[in-house]
Amino acid sequence: MIELSGVGRAYEVGGEVLHALRDVDETIDSGDYVALMGPSGSGKSTLLNVMGCLDQPTSGTYRLDGREVGSLTEDELSEVRRHKIGFVFQSFHLIPRLSAVENVALPMMLAGVSVAERRKRALEALETVGLAKRADHRPNEISGGEAQRVAIARATIMRPAILLADEPTGNLDSASGATVVALLEELNAQGLTLVVVTHDPNMAARAKRVLLMRDGRIVNRIAGSELSETLHRSKVLEATP
Amino acid sequence: MTGADFIGFAWTALSRQRRRTFLSLIGVTVGVAAVILLTALGEGARIYVSQQFEALGKNLIIVMPGKNETTGFSGVGGAPNDLTLEDAEALARQVTQIRELAPVTIGESLIAHQERRRRSTVLGTTEAMKSIRGLRVSMGRFLPEGAMDRGDAVAVLGADIASELFGNTFPVGKVVRIGDWRTRVIGVLESQGTQMGLDLDEVVIIPVASGMRLYNRTSLFRIMASARHHGDLEVVRRRITEVLTDRHEEEDFTCISEDSVAGAFSQILTALTAALGGIAAISLSVAGIGIMNLMLVSVSERTPEVGLLKALGATRFQILGVFLTEAILLTTGGAILGVCLGWLLVQVLVAVYPTLPATPPLWAIAMVVATAFATGIFFGLLPARRATDLDPVASLARR
Repeated sequence: MIELSGVGRAYEVGGEVLHALRDVDETIDSGDYVALMGPSGSGKSTLLNVMGCLDQPTSGTYRLDGREVGSLTEDELSEVRRHKIGFVFQSFHLIPRLSAVENVALPMMLAGVSVAERRKRALEALETVGLAKRADHRPNEISGGEAQRVAIARATIMRPAILLADEPTGNLDSASGATVVALLEELNAQGLTLVVVTHDPNMAARAKRVLLMRDGRIVNRIAGSELSETLHRSKVLEATP
Repeated sequence: MTGADFIGFAWTALSRQRRRTFLSLIGVTVGVAAVILLTALGEGARIYVSQQFEALGKNLIIVMPGKNETTGFSGVGGAPNDLTLEDAEALARQVTQIRELAPVTIGESLIAHQERRRRSTVLGTTEAMKSIRGLRVSMGRFLPEGAMDRGDAVAVLGADIASELFGNTFPVGKVVRIGDWRTRVIGVLESQGTQMGLDLDEVVIIPVASGMRLYNRTSLFRIMASARHHGDLEVVRRRITEVLTDRHEEEDFTCISEDSVAGAFSQILTALTAALGGIAAISLSVAGIGIMNLMLVSVSERTPEVGLLKALGATRFQILGVFLTEAILLTTGGAILGVCLGWLLVQVLVAVYPTLPATPPLWAIAMVVATAFATGIFFGLLPARRATDLDPVASLARR
């Protein structure tokens, strides 16, 4: 469970203080499906990084499963990221010189899983995302959609509780995007907490909850179904002469 | 993450950048090969010199006039007493542990037979020199036995001198002039080569008393003595010192054993070898700087990868380890190649100069590999620290 109270994140850039997040209060329960929307620079990605313990709030408190994150040491944060959190990035972030199966196995290497088990589990994970036959291909030998599915397999290989996806379909065509979204939602259906940053209202509308952000604040919270209706209505309006 | 994981992961990075990896390997390889080659040369020189000393016999003691050791208090000044034939006789009589003792004078003269003449070193000594120096006679005989002060007009010629003065004619029994002094050739030495800087093929050997008279000397150049047993060397040295100090009423001579000379040479050459190795090791640190540059470039290029590793839960130690392992693999790999290359060069050297027993000393090989390892750590640390300190969010955002 993610509990944010009064979370702010300020940067100092050239003597000026920049507030990427201001006073964010939000609770995300286990198994939730949340979309973060808002214009560029509204703080969506910063919020996602704070949730993922990659970035630290400069004010307020963040409790992850009841544990105050601000009090953790750097190595404890690594431990949290390794076991509780999976990241999916817009640009996939696969290591180019490693094969698909090696990329998927990477978190297990960091966690000290034995070599034999690593390969076995990584192959199983690739099978789950439908890429068993691509196991020994390098990232430059597979399509973007396939690369993102490899990245999802990697993000979930340590069976984390939370999956954080930053524009996961941003670099994909609509067909591969749909496959990726389906995969993410399937994982969510299995109980994984899913937080997605997106520009795409159609994708956000699929979430249970949508958080609209502006200037580092959450300015509106709506249900995904509500957004879906709004979108539908505007489409109908557009279609009407 | 196990050690094998670190090495495997570093290997994927190094094998991906083959040309770059190869170029920085070469730096280390050449440095290490230089260390191996230079120390092999130094060690070869040391072995060569100690073989020379061994050729002389190990239980040799040399007495020379004058004290060349500097003591804080020199006591009575002035010229040292002569080292005389009487001293030599007294030593031979009184020091029972001496097996053989030979007094030596040395001079230089024009040696002539009929129209042929040649400048040569003239060694005055006694029959005992033959066994002390292991001299062998190819024609005739060596100096006759008898009292040291018997100055017969006889000479033994070195092999080269004999052939130059007499060509193909038989020299024994012929008369040669040493300066103005007419003397009869009684023997010719076998070709012996150089010992202690004296080419024995180029000398003329005459009785010591004749030598002192010929050059108008009152003092011997050296007294050489061999001990009965190698273990007696120190006892003999002490007894000689006692007897001579008693006769001269002061210690105005120097008594050294061949062992100590050989030891001193060996020490000097070992120091020289170490110095050569040290100089060559500097090139290793230059190679290390090259590796540091490579690693800095690598860290900067792989910034997103570092961010990813952090996002996947890599600890600081793991990030540090990943890059440090790369640097250490480069230097140690280069060192191993360098040892092979150096060894190959030494083999070539030995093939070209077979007399020089050049061989890389084990300590140099161990040192150079250890140095390369340490160089990897030292020069890898800065880039690895840079990677460790990268901010994960900013690193991931960079493309």
